[in-house]
Amino acid sequence: MTRPGNAPSGAAPDVMVGGFVLLLGVLALWQTSTIPASPIYAQVGPKAVPYVVGAGLLALGAALLATALRGGWSHTLEEVQEAPPTNWRALGLLLAGLATNLVLIGPFGFSAAATVQFVLVAAAFGSRRLLRDLALALVLTLVVWFGFVQVLGVNIGAGLLEGLVLRALGLDAIE
Amino acid sequence: MMDSIAGLQLGFSHALTLTNLGWALLGCFLGTAVGVLPGIGPALTIALLLPITFKVEATGAFILFCGVFYGAMYGGSTTSILLNTPGESGSIITALEGAKMARNGRAGPALATAAIGSFVAGTIGTLGISFLGPVVVDLALQLGPAEYFSLMLLCFVTVSAVLGGSALRGLTSLFLGLLLGLVGIDLQTGQPRMTLGVPELLDGVNVVLVAVALFAVGETLFMAWRHTSAAPVVRPVGGIVMSRSDWKRSFWPWIRGSLLGFPFGVMPAGGTEMPTMLSYYAERKLVKPEHAGEFGTTGAIEGVAGPEAANNAAAAGILVPMLTLGLPTSATAAIMLSAFQSYGINPGPLLFEQQGALVWTLIASLYVANIMLVVLNLPLVGLWARILKIPQPQLYAGILVFATIGTYGISNSVTDLVLLYVIGIIGMFMRRFDFPTAPVVIGMILGPMAEQAMRQALTISEGNWLTFVERPVSLAILALAVAALVGPRLWAAVRRRASA
Repeated sequence: MTRPGNAPSGAAPDVMVGGFVLLLGVLALWQTSTIPASPIYAQVGPKAVPYVVGAGLLALGAALLATALRGGWSHTLEEVQEAPPTNWRALGLLLAGLATNLVLIGPFGFSAAATVQFVLVAAAFGSRRLLRDLALALVLTLVVWFGFVQVLGVNIGAGLLEGLVLRALGLDAIE
Repeated sequence: MMDSIAGLQLGFSHALTLTNLGWALLGCFLGTAVGVLPGIGPALTIALLLPITFKVEATGAFILFCGVFYGAMYGGSTTSILLNTPGESGSIITALEGAKMARNGRAGPALATAAIGSFVAGTIGTLGISFLGPVVVDLALQLGPAEYFSLMLLCFVTVSAVLGGSALRGLTSLFLGLLLGLVGIDLQTGQPRMTLGVPELLDGVNVVLVAVALFAVGETLFMAWRHTSAAPVVRPVGGIVMSRSDWKRSFWPWIRGSLLGFPFGVMPAGGTEMPTMLSYYAERKLVKPEHAGEFGTTGAIEGVAGPEAANNAAAAGILVPMLTLGLPTSATAAIMLSAFQSYGINPGPLLFEQQGALVWTLIASLYVANIMLVVLNLPLVGLWARILKIPQPQLYAGILVFATIGTYGISNSVTDLVLLYVIGIIGMFMRRFDFPTAPVVIGMILGPMAEQAMRQALTISEGNWLTFVERPVSLAILALAVAALVGPRLWAAVRRRASA
């Protein structure tokens, strides 16, 4: 999309990056100002370093913005010049997979949610064999769940699928 | 000297037990596999394995982590050579000549010289750790909080401003990490900071979450953004036997690369880019005239042997400041440091005294891992090449399964997942706009430590800020930091003026 040698039109995304960092600095400074004064005596209070970090982000954001307004840096990146156009289908499916996971993991547990996510992510990267992905995802997520819970000892409650497998194996749910 | 030998004796007596050999083997195997897979590296793997610290005693866990750390470097070269897509910055140079050799049917010797070079460099690097470590500890014991704080500032500058494409973008990444490190309750005064009023953030942002977000979620999102249906070409391996001439041409590049790489890792300039690049240019200059034509055309074996050795030696060197000073200078070292913290152990000069057995067992297991890797990797190279053929859709879908469980397992919290995806999206944009991600993780771990050192120093000096410049060692370190920050820019300006 960027025409070669045409810096200003290619710099709009860079301006947004500079603006984002600037905003982050403002956010940090605002949060710092809300830190209550410490009741405990200390040579350096809890606010000093947050102020430095906030001010630093503000300065870096301003510098990035200045660079962006003078043409930006994106057009100097080889990876950006050679980049294929944005793949909205892939990105959309992937984000849909993440969102579905967020919604499902609470009510149905890890394996069920992660299975749906797996199928959507595989589809995002061009897989067309839905059923095979589904089978693969079921096995993988269950193996991963049992691995993390039994071997690594991570406490992740058994959801729908994990409960079914536990019952089939005649084990008690670990709660 | 004697300390080191006694320490190594103790270390080997622990490392050579069956259990610990098992941990080392598992680590090497896992590390090579993730090193081979494009898109995941040792930092992400160790982050996902961190829960093991609740179940396994410290020695076993660190032997596993070190196996992953060394293994990933062996694996990384396989990907650069066979696929021409370097997995990490240290193997970019390996890909230059290695992929050209692979295209000309010499993938086998390229893989072999990389593996043996990694072994040579790993051994020299580990020897360096064994004998330099105690020396650095003796020096470090003289340092007070003021010097420590200055040293951390130097680290901040070198990991963000010296390496990478742009100091501005590196520093921005660092400050993002510092900001994330501030979130939560201030340990000294009990005040909540940067929590936006969200109660879940009172405990702070988990470093595993951030590492997984940046290295797994951000990377996957970026790959989807740029996804095309073109499948990458994996070159066949062929025979891995090196001819007599290959050996002769590789030997000195291995040694030179190792000796060049190690000091770069030890200095808090924890980068593998600079030494690999220097090694490449050195080999290009020193190559025998009859082989000079192979550089950049059919692929010269010297250009694989040297940089690969430099890469491994530098990575080994990074363990020196990590173990002796408690200063992580790479993302992987930062994650390992947080593993130490979850055992309640603080790496630093006292580590060698208080946890002598642990440190020396860890160092001994590096020798063991190195031998395992060279024995394991040459015969198994066909297996590793097959891992490269895992199709992209299932690979990335699988990576996200691990990312999800690694994060959800921290506290079964959907808020954590939201944070994971939000930071992942930031990571995607960081990839697109060429912001390095390692400084974020380093800043997050090192930031709170630096704040603590600064407050301690100011308490000792009764609030006198000049303490950082009045103490000569601290002043010298600060001067170095300033030189590292403005030096390269000044030099560029002078050169521009001279040429104008």
